[in-house]
Amino acid sequence: MSDASTAVADAGLHIHAHPTGWRRWLYSTNHKDIGTMYMVASFAAGLIGGVLSWIMRLELAAPGIQYISDPQAYNVMVTAHGLIMVFFVVMPALIGGFGNWFVPMMIGAPDMAFPRMNNISFWLLAAAVVLMLMGVVTGVGPGVGWTVYPPLSSATYHPGMSVDFGILSLHLAGASSILGAINFIVTIFNMRAPGMTLHRMPLFVWSMLLTAFLLLLALPVLAGALTMLLTDRNFGTTFFVVAGGGDPVLWQHLFWFFGHPEVYIMILPAFGIVSQIISTFSRKPIFGYLGMAYAMVAIGVIGFVVWAHHMFTVGLNVDTRAYFVIATMIIAVPTGIKVFSWLATMWGGSLTFPTPMLWATGFIFVFVVGGVTGVVLANAGIDVQVHDTYFVVAHFHYVLSLGALFMIFGGFYYWIGKMSGRQYPETLSKVQFWLSFIGVNLVFFPMHFLGLQGMPRRYVDYPDAFAGWNMVSSVGALISMASTVLFLYIVYYTLRHGERCPANPWGEGATTLEWKVASPAPFHTFETPPVITGRT
Amino acid sequence: MSYDPADARRKNTVLALTLFGVVGGMVGLAFAAVPLYTLFCQVTGYAGTPKLAAGEHVGGNPNGLSIEVRFDSNVARNLPWTFKPVQPKVTVTLGEETLVHYTARNTGKTPVVGTATFNVTPFKAAQYFTKIECFCFTEQRLEPGQEMSMPVLFYVDPAILDDPNARDVGTLTLSYTFFRDDKAAAAPPAVPGRGS
Repeated sequence: MSDASTAVADAGLHIHAHPTGWRRWLYSTNHKDIGTMYMVASFAAGLIGGVLSWIMRLELAAPGIQYISDPQAYNVMVTAHGLIMVFFVVMPALIGGFGNWFVPMMIGAPDMAFPRMNNISFWLLAAAVVLMLMGVVTGVGPGVGWTVYPPLSSATYHPGMSVDFGILSLHLAGASSILGAINFIVTIFNMRAPGMTLHRMPLFVWSMLLTAFLLLLALPVLAGALTMLLTDRNFGTTFFVVAGGGDPVLWQHLFWFFGHPEVYIMILPAFGIVSQIISTFSRKPIFGYLGMAYAMVAIGVIGFVVWAHHMFTVGLNVDTRAYFVIATMIIAVPTGIKVFSWLATMWGGSLTFPTPMLWATGFIFVFVVGGVTGVVLANAGIDVQVHDTYFVVAHFHYVLSLGALFMIFGGFYYWIGKMSGRQYPETLSKVQFWLSFIGVNLVFFPMHFLGLQGMPRRYVDYPDAFAGWNMVSSVGALISMASTVLFLYIVYYTLRHGERCPANPWGEGATTLEWKVASPAPFHTFETPPVITGRT
Repeated sequence: MSYDPADARRKNTVLALTLFGVVGGMVGLAFAAVPLYTLFCQVTGYAGTPKLAAGEHVGGNPNGLSIEVRFDSNVARNLPWTFKPVQPKVTVTLGEETLVHYTARNTGKTPVVGTATFNVTPFKAAQYFTKIECFCFTEQRLEPGQEMSMPVLFYVDPAILDDPNARDVGTLTLSYTFFRDDKAAAAPPAVPGRGS
């Protein structure tokens, strides 16, 4: 027996001194500390991305060029906003932040499988943020959009180092996510507590497992494509250069083979969080648990074979387009299963609506709006018409900016008591929800009209005919800005003056393992694995 | 069921290495997509890629139906050539081999090597346009002031008649774009105008 404990100590499994000060964070191998760092990084990046969007909305409030004299600068803002929000806000918060914090706790594991790899994942991401910001301030900046299509991103149209910085930044962010994904898969497969079978895992853990697999399969393709673009730009290869026999459309295929799973990478963790929250505040187990889990599996699998619905205008023949239309629409089936199961969970439940539940119900609303416009866009005939218009902007912001972001907020309010030991102020937080909900809907709903009227995306200016709804949209941005400021105050107030949070502030509906430990969660949890006897 | 930390570590490592293998495989697939994509286009005629004649073709066009073929030419901005089809369009009998010519002239002061890319529109009919011999198969070197006739030998596969998607196609357009090939410029002169 004593031999065994020595072996544990020798193997360095958590039996060591707690580092303090800056060492605690820089050298951290603790999943909770690393999760916290991801959250902080995500919120910081979110503010940068948010400020960029508010500047863009300010410029677009009225026709004409008011504040951004250089159209390229506007393009750079579009690009930086997109890349920052995708890679440095949504992914770090949902996967690195909530995933790190709660996947080990929900399956009764003491930590992630590879704590040091977890550390390097985070710091690679931090380096990627720095590289991205360097790219933005270098030369004319990367005005290529988050899709980085050549030939616009080629050395001819973007000379200088800015795009190269962007490419290397995405390389690092990709490496970070791949390492994180491997960590999650190994943790979830190998480190579940006794009795925690796959079919007893909370749906948030399921969502993280599937997200990790999507990351593992999609990101290497982006890395490969980015490497080709990098050598095209710098070393004279011609993967995407027509003059040398390459084809720019190949980039689009490779990018979207990554890019479509990427949108599910951003939304699946949100599905997981919304499932936990709705089950908690309906005081019922989730309706159709297995259907919910395998609906996510189906979404993940089908997500890999629909990529060309982003490319309906490149000249695909009619049969190919028909296939991608049908395959895309099929995704609405598992997604519908999820939406109806959430509603069925609420149906007949003992409902309460504290702030996290408001965000979760708000999520269902905005996600259904975004999902419905997604089905509209899946039709190749309609897509050709509204391709690259604000209709598309409205669609993907409804699922991401509103959908995924709503669950970052929802998860924050749901778990902040567990993470910090202090509970958020309820009334103020509800005000923040309603400000956000009204604000973002005001920003993005009019974009549907603008898109259908033909307003193209990614331009600094627009004809006078589009002025009205653009002003409405910008007013919405102002409201969402106010809600962000209020949120910052709520974070400050919670951490400083929030009430002490009990181990389980949510009552009998909160059944998952993280609510069984004290708040704030101790530095080490479940060093002796709990024994699980049923679905949590 | 005793817990063995060494065994747990080994299992974790094996799984992690397997997953790294998957990542490596996906990177490999991304690069494999480059030749596969080219091959895919050549086989299916995607994105307006004409077919290359593999051997004898069978002309199955008993009614002698014909189709119009137009010719288009483009030159990259940094290539000092003029490049024009001799005839803007021809009407060809389906399945019949046809020889047409383009003319290129170097208007610059130095020898230049160019290579041409090509495609056929509408895309959906490209798979029926079959090239037997074409100047685009080789690099072309032109001395200053030199003019060269560039032949294309092709036929349009009568199978186009059986394709319901191509029913509305009455005209095919063969388009070439000449690009400057600086890598080849340093090499000794190639035998110009294969087939001419």
